[in-house]
Amino acid sequence: MNIPPAYVLTLSGILFALGVIGVLIRRNAIVIFMSIELMLNSANLAFIAFARALAPAQEALRGHVFVFFVIAVAASEVAVGLALIVAIFRSKESIDVDEVSSLRG
Amino acid sequence: MDWQDFLSVLPFIIVAGWATILLLVDLWIPANRKGITAGLAVLGLIAAIAAVISRFGIEREAFDGMIIVDGFSSFLQLLFLGVGVIAIAQAYDYLRRRDIERGEYYILLLYSLSGMLLMASAGDLIVVFLAVELLSIPLYVLAAFAIPKADSEESALKYFLLGAFASGFLVYGIALVFGSTGTTALSGMVAAIESAETTPILLLVGSGMILVGLGFKVAAVPFHMWTPDVYQGAPTSVTSFMAVGAKAGGFAALLRIFISALPGAAVMWMPLTMWIAALTMAWGNIAAISQTNIKRMLAYSSIAHAGYIFMALPAAATPEVAPEAVRAALFYLVTYAITNLGAWGVVLAMEKAEGSGLEIEDYSGLGKKRPALALAMALFMLSLTGIPPTVGFMGKFYLFQVVIDANLIWLALVGVVTSLISAYYYLRVIVVMYMRDGEPEVRSEALLNSTIFITAFGTFFFGILPGFLLKMINQVSLLDLFR
Repeated sequence: MNIPPAYVLTLSGILFALGVIGVLIRRNAIVIFMSIELMLNSANLAFIAFARALAPAQEALRGHVFVFFVIAVAASEVAVGLALIVAIFRSKESIDVDEVSSLRG
Repeated sequence: MDWQDFLSVLPFIIVAGWATILLLVDLWIPANRKGITAGLAVLGLIAAIAAVISRFGIEREAFDGMIIVDGFSSFLQLLFLGVGVIAIAQAYDYLRRRDIERGEYYILLLYSLSGMLLMASAGDLIVVFLAVELLSIPLYVLAAFAIPKADSEESALKYFLLGAFASGFLVYGIALVFGSTGTTALSGMVAAIESAETTPILLLVGSGMILVGLGFKVAAVPFHMWTPDVYQGAPTSVTSFMAVGAKAGGFAALLRIFISALPGAAVMWMPLTMWIAALTMAWGNIAAISQTNIKRMLAYSSIAHAGYIFMALPAAATPEVAPEAVRAALFYLVTYAITNLGAWGVVLAMEKAEGSGLEIEDYSGLGKKRPALALAMALFMLSLTGIPPTVGFMGKFYLFQVVIDANLIWLALVGVVTSLISAYYYLRVIVVMYMRDGEPEVRSEALLNSTIFITAFGTFFFGILPGFLLKMINQVSLLDLFR
């Protein structure tokens, strides 16, 4: 069975949009962060779909390779991001981004 | 792949490798003598500078086009390394004063610098993405360096969430461009667009999303909301490095991607970049007027300056002007770096241990108490406004000229008018320093003073005799590799 790349791309577009909406409307830092991960993974899906459409061509490999890099970078972002969120939770007892806003002007 | 490929990325290898070694060496350095780590970090940067200079004038592709070595990359790498040396010198005393001195500071700074070095010589969107992240992730940690101070926490969280959000756009944009052109190599993209083997709609949306992602990094309107809060909350020495280094890194990627890889799609991105440039200049300068905190004021000023540099992109859409536009942008980046490092240096000298002394009012009486420091600050403010005889004037002059050559007269007019508006808030600092009475409490630390002296000298010297810098920039070529 062969799934056309257009279907995969549509799914990836929907996931990306969900991620963007999540970042914009959610107020919990961890949920915002999850939405960002969703955006990155929707891009991975798009890479794979395009790589598949290009398939026998050697350039398709660049899409596969990119996905691995995105996964690795997302993991390192998680490490830094969660450490930050934990540090903030310790001092504020909350990770609501609306409560972390004293800087204004 | 041969040994010459490794020579091409030698500055990057030195900085990243040295940072990793220092991470271990730092364990044996006692907590009250972290100056040793700072000194060692500077040694590594000097070695990297030597590596960049030794291959000046060489143009080649390495690792199958993943890495490009040309005048553009060498020039920017020199700028980044210079910024790194000054940033370390500025941080040393400041960290002690704020009691947040830890060896990791210098190591994270080196890692971030290695991302910038990689960005300058990226020849493939994979490398661009990696470099953006390598540049940003250590900066998120640096912004949080004064934790548990609430300001630093907030700054780091905002920077992290919005930075990661921007990366999402960047990656998705790269995915769409990959889908459209069938490659991620910049040289391959040029060929694909020329032979019209692309899907225009994907290319349009993709390049737009890359513009959004990198627009966040360089703080261009309308993606600038995080800038004032992050710049204000982060430790000032970090802000200084962030405002100069991260912005220059973002522009390195913007110039490389849009001018050298997507000139065939200029019809698509030209109007977008034109409006971003105009809006950024206007909003950055207008919002800066009402600021009373010097860090916020300089943050809006850095937004405004991103707008000026952004003008090089729409100008470069006219092929005949493109090489000059790149040179003007590079010249402006140097101008911006020298002047801003200096201005942030003065802010560092004025900041008190607990973090006050950051209101513009606190500068009253500085002209009497520390004439040399006030003179340096006045010079930086004049340079940011773009008044001769400072390097800021030269940078604006060169840039506006290029924009007019590209027949974008209205854009140049927006630039001139907003520069006039900016005079109001820059000159206010000078007025406060010289015309008001007050007893400011100022630090006098040898390293910090010398960085202020060097940048003030550079601001003045290149303002009168820009010939040396112009000569160096005239040898810079970005586009030859693809012709």
